[in-house]
Amino acid sequence: MHRMHNTGPGRVFDVFNHVFLTAVGLITVIPFLYVIAGSFASDTELATRSFFLIPNDFTTTAYDYIFSTNAVIRSLGVSILVTVLGTIVSMILTLTMAYPLSRSSMVGRNFILNLILFSMLFGGGMIPTYLLVKSLGLLDSIWALILPMAINPFNLIIVKTFFQQLPKELEDASKIDGCTEFQTFWRVMLPLSKPVIATFTLFYAVFYWNDFFQALLYLTDTTKWPIQLLLQQLVMVANSGIGDLQEAQLYEPPEESVKLAVIVIATVPILLFYPFLQKHFAKGVMLGSVKG
Amino acid sequence: MENVHEGRLKNAVNKKKKSKWNQILKEKWLYFMVLPGLAYFIIFKYIPMWGIVIAFQDYSPFLGVFRSDWVGFEHFHYFFTNPDFLRLLRNTFILALYDLVFFFPAPIILSLMLNEIRLSFYKRTLQTLVYVPHFMSWVIIASISYVFLTTSGGVVNELLAKLIGQEINFLSSPDWFRPMIIGQIMWKETGWGTVIFLAALASVDQEQYEAAIVDGAGRFRRLWHVTLPALRSTIVILLILRLGNFLDTGFQQIYLMSNSLNRSVADVFDTYVYFVGITEGAFSYSTAVGLFKSIVGIVLIVGADRLAKKLGQGGLF
Repeated sequence: MHRMHNTGPGRVFDVFNHVFLTAVGLITVIPFLYVIAGSFASDTELATRSFFLIPNDFTTTAYDYIFSTNAVIRSLGVSILVTVLGTIVSMILTLTMAYPLSRSSMVGRNFILNLILFSMLFGGGMIPTYLLVKSLGLLDSIWALILPMAINPFNLIIVKTFFQQLPKELEDASKIDGCTEFQTFWRVMLPLSKPVIATFTLFYAVFYWNDFFQALLYLTDTTKWPIQLLLQQLVMVANSGIGDLQEAQLYEPPEESVKLAVIVIATVPILLFYPFLQKHFAKGVMLGSVKG
Repeated sequence: MENVHEGRLKNAVNKKKKSKWNQILKEKWLYFMVLPGLAYFIIFKYIPMWGIVIAFQDYSPFLGVFRSDWVGFEHFHYFFTNPDFLRLLRNTFILALYDLVFFFPAPIILSLMLNEIRLSFYKRTLQTLVYVPHFMSWVIIASISYVFLTTSGGVVNELLAKLIGQEINFLSSPDWFRPMIIGQIMWKETGWGTVIFLAALASVDQEQYEAAIVDGAGRFRRLWHVTLPALRSTIVILLILRLGNFLDTGFQQIYLMSNSLNRSVADVFDTYVYFVGITEGAFSYSTAVGLFKSIVGIVLIVGADRLAKKLGQGGLF
């Protein structure tokens, strides 16, 4: 139907549009492809060839080096632990809090909702939160990477809205069957919420995997660094020669391909889950645009 | 007569109270369930709010909040008369303005262009590609930027050396800091930003296009008179949201891209709080700076909400 008026300027536009969008697509992925290619190249090749997408002599020395040292493996372990543990904690807290708040009969529900809403508008800020984490004795503990941001209030509100629009008859029916509210939640509501659970599990997992801020703020013990913080130290601190050099010196001066390989390692989990992420995140955006 | 009436009223009130308690008892499970989440909000959101009192103290970690000296608005006074204040305000404001002018329209334009692609396989492939960077951490984006932009063998500078015979030190040049930040944001988020617009475009009634064609509208008139009006409310809402978060320059990104050479233009409120508070240990002063930012932020959000209601968008919350 659009096709009807495809003459003159329309055709020129079509050609331009295709060329431009293809360029956008390439600009988006080429940096990643270069990093992957470079991580499998030798340092001499990286120094002599300015740009390539296929290394001339394919080598895994960078990865061999990385997996012969402790630092990267340990950081990967920390990141995986924080991601798994954090996602579990966040999902439990979010789901168990969202369900009662979705029940209009609950006394005090509006008060709690306003409490949450206000905390989205105003907060103590970086320093009071830091001092709290410190006084709880969580500095240099991986719980400091999980607890302070355990509930994302936006996610909570969306899940609450989702529970709200499930048919009320289900609750009544399970009540007649003698279920307590928790049993209703566990046996009736959760099985109906699988898509939402999948979406927000991924939301939280990506957050925990990617987060760098909390590690920067709360961890000084280098053995507890997640992969993001280690990567920053390897690439940026060693590269610019500015900043906390003493921390960088804990490692051998990293070679070019090693930096690229660590970037790849920090990216791989995201790429592995990318098909799910694309699908569920888009769904999350749409859920979020429905107001609660 | 009156007494009887009063008695009835009292009874009714009592009954109401009683039924409230009954209701709570009947649904006690709901309260057990809400408790952990509520504890989270009280501990990690509300206790730090109370912790803001140290902005009005000379807080010493050894003395604690209860025994530190009160100094009133001294830290605020110092901050507002300090040249840092204007520098931070300027840097934050310029970055936010650049973001609004260069980044904000980008997803709209990209989604309009994607919408003109009729080959659905090609369109889907492009979408899959441009969404990728959204899921990468800022550390990865910043690391890739370092690899590409460094003057010691970075791809971009080797290309520049060949083309114009000169290298540009993007990473430490104050002149290049803002374009670099906005460029990164555009590279990371433009693709993902199209999700919401493409959804709005998909819901446009096809009959409107047909009617426009019958009326003799060409492609660009259809764009102007049918497609853009369909996006208008989404654009307005996102613009208002953006204004509400105007001061929120991403801490992670700015922290990662700033260094001692570009700090004059890189410092924004959040990074300043971090450096002064965490690195230098000036807890009270940095809390005061953070509080200032929070208050301006809440004013902006409430203002944006009023604006949304005035424009008939139903408010943000």
